[in-house]
Amino acid sequence: MNDERLLLLSPSDNVLVAIHAIEAGSLLTIGGQAIQVAERIPLGFKVAARDISTGEKIFKHGAPIGSATCDISAGSTVHVHNMKSDYLPTYKPEVHTRHDSRD
Amino acid sequence: MTRATEILGYARPDGRKGIRNVVAVAYLVECAQHVAREIAYPFRSRGVHLIGFGGCYPNEYADRMMRQLCTHPNVGGVLLVSLGCESFDRQGLAQAIRDSGRPVETLVIQQTGGTRKTVELGRAWVESTLAALDATPRRPMSIDELVIGTVCGGSDATSGLTANPAVGRAFDLLVAERATAIFEETGELIGCEHIMAARASNPALADLLVAAVEKAAHYYTVLGHGSFAPGNADGGLTTQEEKSMGAYSKSGSSRISGLIKPGDVPAAGGLYLLDVVPDGEVRFGFPNINDIAEIAELIACGSHLILFPTGRGSVVGSAISPVIKVCANPETYRRMSEDMDLNAGRVLEGAATLDAVGREIFDLVVATAQGRQTASESLGHQEFVLTYKSFEPIGQACLPVPA
Repeated sequence: MNDERLLLLSPSDNVLVAIHAIEAGSLLTIGGQAIQVAERIPLGFKVAARDISTGEKIFKHGAPIGSATCDISAGSTVHVHNMKSDYLPTYKPEVHTRHDSRD
Repeated sequence: MTRATEILGYARPDGRKGIRNVVAVAYLVECAQHVAREIAYPFRSRGVHLIGFGGCYPNEYADRMMRQLCTHPNVGGVLLVSLGCESFDRQGLAQAIRDSGRPVETLVIQQTGGTRKTVELGRAWVESTLAALDATPRRPMSIDELVIGTVCGGSDATSGLTANPAVGRAFDLLVAERATAIFEETGELIGCEHIMAARASNPALADLLVAAVEKAAHYYTVLGHGSFAPGNADGGLTTQEEKSMGAYSKSGSSRISGLIKPGDVPAAGGLYLLDVVPDGEVRFGFPNINDIAEIAELIACGSHLILFPTGRGSVVGSAISPVIKVCANPETYRRMSEDMDLNAGRVLEGAATLDAVGREIFDLVVATAQGRQTASESLGHQEFVLTYKSFEPIGQACLPVPA
């Protein structure tokens, strides 16, 4: 069972999508396990639905959207810090100074 | 009795019908833009729009775009503003507009005697043309005569969950009514090319769809990065493929009838992919410098209106054709509701289904065609940009013959 704040878009996906912002420290239920969230998860961000190994494909909408660049534990945010495109490099925002909020 | 879906189009001599009756003031080089803008500005709330091409040196693509835009069914008349020494073929463009049965005038700033004289003459022409356009005949227009384009902008991770698939549902309803629906931006289909190709109406088209996306992937690889802005990552999207899957959902689930390039107007209803990435070696920089350039290309393919899903919150509209903004993110909608026509973010809050929002978009398309002002129209948005590009003409295999 997964938390109702997380959406599984396709049965073959290994990430869930946050349909509400989830505050740091919240408890999330993922695959029947209670997991404490280390960092705030903004609306629309991805969370690992299970443990994912380095090099494994990330599936969302039932389609591969890139590969894990390190081991990702269930409940962790999946984003530019731990996955990459299999096609084109992502123009990473952290190489620029961005003053706007990430809300 | 007037049916709820009855549209009264502006009848044009070529048989097409418009949903607006715009006077376009077109500058033919950047050096004429100020004068053209001064001419148009006092009439900005009366359907007088500024368009143009900034380049001084010839470009076939820009020439064709300008011809298609100036003879678009939403355009009733055109004033061309030339500096005089640029290389744009102003006589050829004026002749194409005249041949289409529209009023056209060309003012050459170097011949009329400078800024003030040209502005005066231009405003007088616009005033009299607006009066003349009041007499444009109105004829019943059916949904199958509508051309609707879609492009998404300011995307975040909610775009692919709500607004984009809802536009896809609306596209399915429109295609079922034999309207023409156009989706685009092959660079934002990287990663979904084979899923998309399976929907092609024939195997030759399937190969062409894959080839168009491969061309885009090559082009973006040479440029060093894809169609992925920092705001996309701030909004939770991580890779080009992920953004692509969200963007792809705008196309709905109908069979794909054909592949077109900027300026090609489909001859029959159906769903079309617009290939916006230039052909040949990489030239002139980034294929589409912003969303506005893509909107202009969709309009050059005959789009009467544009469906524009946004998650981060884009405020844009367009010259010539109204833009309907579908907000994907409920938080963005609360911040920027005045700029949005519809809140698809309700899907995330359990307040609406994708099918219901798709139907609302369809109804909004009809209402906009009937004259309802969109949010961006009422706020005065009339963005326009046209850049240098190069294309090879599309092959016969790409354009289906009329049924």
